[in-house]
Amino acid sequence: MTLRTLAAALLLPLLWPTLPAIAATGTDAPPVPEEWAEVEEQARGQTVYWNAWGGDATTNRYIGWVAERLEERHGVEVVHVKLDDTAAAVSRVIAEKSAGNVDEGAIDLVWINGENFAAMKRHDLLFGPFARRLPNFALTAPEENPEVLTDFTLPTEGYESPWGKAQLTFYHDAERVPTPPGDMAALLDWAKANPGRFTYPLVPDFLGSTFLKQALIELAEDPAVLADPAGEHDVATVTAPLWDYLDALHPHLWRQGRHFPTSGPELKQLMGDGELALAFTFNPSEPAAAVAAHQLSPDTRSYVLDGGTLGNVHFVAIPFNARHKAGAMVLANYLLSPEAQARKQDIDVWGDPTVLDMDRLSPEQREAFATAEDNPARLPPEALGKLLPEPHPSWMEALEAAWLERYARN
Amino acid sequence: MPVFRPGIRLIPRLTVLLLILPVTAGLGGVLAPAFGWLPALGGQAWTLAPWQALWQAPGLADMLRLSLLTGLVSTLVALAIVMLFLGAFLETPLFRLVRRLLSPLLAVPHAAAAIALAFLLAPSGWASRLASPRPSGWTRPPDYLFPGDPDGLALIAGLVLKEVPFLLLMSLAALPQCRAHERLMVARALGYGRVNAFAKAVLPGLYPLIRLPVYAVIAFATSTVEVAIILGPSTPPSLAVAVVRWLNDPDLALRFQASAGALLQLGVTALALLLWWGGECLVRRLLAGWLEGGGRHRGETLGRLLGGGLTGLTIVLLGASLGGLALWSLAAYWPFPAAWPSPMTLATWREAADTALGPLGHTASIGLGSTLLSVVLVIGCLEAETLRRRPLRPGAQLILYLPLLVPPVAFLYGLVQLQAQLGLAAGWTAVTLGHSLFVLPYVFLSLAESYRRLDPRWGQIAAALGASRAGIFWRVRLPMLTAPIAVAAAVGFAVSVGQYLPTLLLGAGRLATLTTEAVSLASGGDRRLTAVYALGQLALPALGFLLAIGLPRFLFRHRRQLLT
Repeated sequence: MTLRTLAAALLLPLLWPTLPAIAATGTDAPPVPEEWAEVEEQARGQTVYWNAWGGDATTNRYIGWVAERLEERHGVEVVHVKLDDTAAAVSRVIAEKSAGNVDEGAIDLVWINGENFAAMKRHDLLFGPFARRLPNFALTAPEENPEVLTDFTLPTEGYESPWGKAQLTFYHDAERVPTPPGDMAALLDWAKANPGRFTYPLVPDFLGSTFLKQALIELAEDPAVLADPAGEHDVATVTAPLWDYLDALHPHLWRQGRHFPTSGPELKQLMGDGELALAFTFNPSEPAAAVAAHQLSPDTRSYVLDGGTLGNVHFVAIPFNARHKAGAMVLANYLLSPEAQARKQDIDVWGDPTVLDMDRLSPEQREAFATAEDNPARLPPEALGKLLPEPHPSWMEALEAAWLERYARN
Repeated sequence: MPVFRPGIRLIPRLTVLLLILPVTAGLGGVLAPAFGWLPALGGQAWTLAPWQALWQAPGLADMLRLSLLTGLVSTLVALAIVMLFLGAFLETPLFRLVRRLLSPLLAVPHAAAAIALAFLLAPSGWASRLASPRPSGWTRPPDYLFPGDPDGLALIAGLVLKEVPFLLLMSLAALPQCRAHERLMVARALGYGRVNAFAKAVLPGLYPLIRLPVYAVIAFATSTVEVAIILGPSTPPSLAVAVVRWLNDPDLALRFQASAGALLQLGVTALALLLWWGGECLVRRLLAGWLEGGGRHRGETLGRLLGGGLTGLTIVLLGASLGGLALWSLAAYWPFPAAWPSPMTLATWREAADTALGPLGHTASIGLGSTLLSVVLVIGCLEAETLRRRPLRPGAQLILYLPLLVPPVAFLYGLVQLQAQLGLAAGWTAVTLGHSLFVLPYVFLSLAESYRRLDPRWGQIAAALGASRAGIFWRVRLPMLTAPIAVAAAVGFAVSVGQYLPTLLLGAGRLATLTTEAVSLASGGDRRLTAVYALGQLALPALGFLLAIGLPRFLFRHRRQLLT
């Protein structure tokens, strides 16, 4: 056989990748039972591979704690697969689907939200609906808190289970910036007075895109249209005030807007280096945690803009071909338990706000959520009330494309 | 020996068979989606739409220019530095000192070197801190655009810094093969100055031996992702970075455009190689007169100054970068413009020590496994060449080098699909085989020329004395090649240690290595932890290089002629 025919023969299966794989069809994983007690029974002894972003040592430690608890309580082993980007997990699921692997998937649970969820759901890469089958899901009181059922305006339809909350939070070095700007117009004035001390992450990083959406909500003549799909409106007219604003802002940004940090963590690092004096994050407790970890100045303070800021919920989901679905459900359920949620919210552990509804908890359970001491870098709890809903995802796509078109070339 | 010859002859076929499946799978994983075929994402028709989308990507022309220029310029500068240094200092005490300093620096992973250099030269970096508040007058970091400058100068600097040790090591392994010492002595005896003697008598013999490593450098420099993300411009980035962004975009439809981009990247790398090859021909033609012109001392001082100065600068920059990294690993909060972290703490190291033991073991075992497999296969292939008296077929060589040329992020998708299709469980075996795919080409190009140039008359003499084929291989050829083999193995080990995506994707993330930990932590932006892991990542391959240099010295302490 010459090399060429050999290559052709080997390429063939790739061109018809939906052909069932040789090994994957051999075993049939038992279906997940209906009764929760049976789910727990099936989960016992399973090893759950949880793919979650591993860029934060405090989060990693919390996940390590969850793994210990789950082993003790339910006999389920949890392995934290640390990712630098959720896209790596998505890639693997797509490759497995292409190869016809329908019940032997290597990923059991994935930390996800927003566009990644929308994409995986659209391409039928998720298992479910499962969220309402988790006993602890009721503690989120979904009827009163619809945000646990929607992910960037898309209904989750039970294909992911809520885990924590995020809100766009600004932070500044109080020594350098005693009175930080409270809205977008003030931000422009401030940037003019302090050139090179503010920037936002490179679009389409989700934090960079969030800044665009936040600015658009404030600057658009009628923000109500943002709840509709972008196609129903004249995108150019609605977004024109945003581009005027950015054209005015960019010359006063860090590096004159000619270069952008790649991500929120890099933004934080630039704050720590003193290059920036004002920045923002999606995790309200991150500034305080970063001060404790010696990454930011002790003078760091957090706040939200006067008109409120964008907020959303982050979730966990199970890939359609996960091998240990029962174990993954037991883990997702434990993540919603008052014990796990209270520890997660503890600023000394992680500081990620809970998704549980306090009214559904017993007084003893509620007590665990009380904040022990005030950390000056931390956002006061009442500030988190001013939550703006996310625009329809189509606006984000339109903004990202237009931004790249305008600013991503020399 | 009847077993030896057929056995060795089988190895090239075995190697190609082992490689062809993953390489075609990897390439197929790029090719099919580039033309619209990816049923898992609803791509069921062959179309040119991904190429049209790619063509309309904002800033594409800048991306191409950036990839091509930074790749070629950085290779040229690195090669010039190495050659000037060899010319000015070969066989001097300074040479031995620099060799000892630079070789372990080869082990610095690319991403770690880039992070370290960025910290050294950024406006809030170590250099600027040392000069602040006096004499610079800065109490806050200034706002100049470096790294990340639109011309890619910072990117070029980072690449040069990493390629100089690599090319130097490759040259060192090749020098004895081209009889540099004898050539130098002849030229010096004819009255040529040191630099002139090297340039006119040694270089024409040396360059063909290091041509493949130079090509590998070009391929790497035009397609690097991790270095370009850290040091390169962002609006727009180089093509390889843009491809990775598209592949990682939550909008899965962009994966079609990304696959087309990966193929375009392959084209850019091929174009860079072609341009370089054209440059080689041109230089050969233009310099023929100069070579034979008889000038003995022209440019002697300039060459020495440049060779010494540029090499010194490289060592200082690399050393200072790593020094900065070491300081960060000990820092608590370290604000601008403090030149030293205060107080210093071991907390970060302690934290890492608790969790790093498992990853350390995985890193070492995967690295040793893939290096051993690669070295055995490569030696087998090269020995088969010797038996057949002709090199591997060009097709086979292309298969060998393809993993280096296609951006790994695109290539790996097809590999993972293959793994799933074959039912190969994600784990140590899959990861080690996957690493071998990237280790083998480096081992091959590190070793090939030295192996091919080994004087066949040694074997003939041994045969005349009655030694069998196997005996010649085991007792004459292999011992004479110990030094280059050890270096090639060290390079291979370093390549394995640095792999991120193959480890993550083929192991389904179940095998944590120092690199997977380092990269995922680096995405969180804590420079302290990143520094600790980067230094750990550096330590293992550095150990490998020390062994590679020290082991032959120890084995042949009574056979000094076998050493350089």
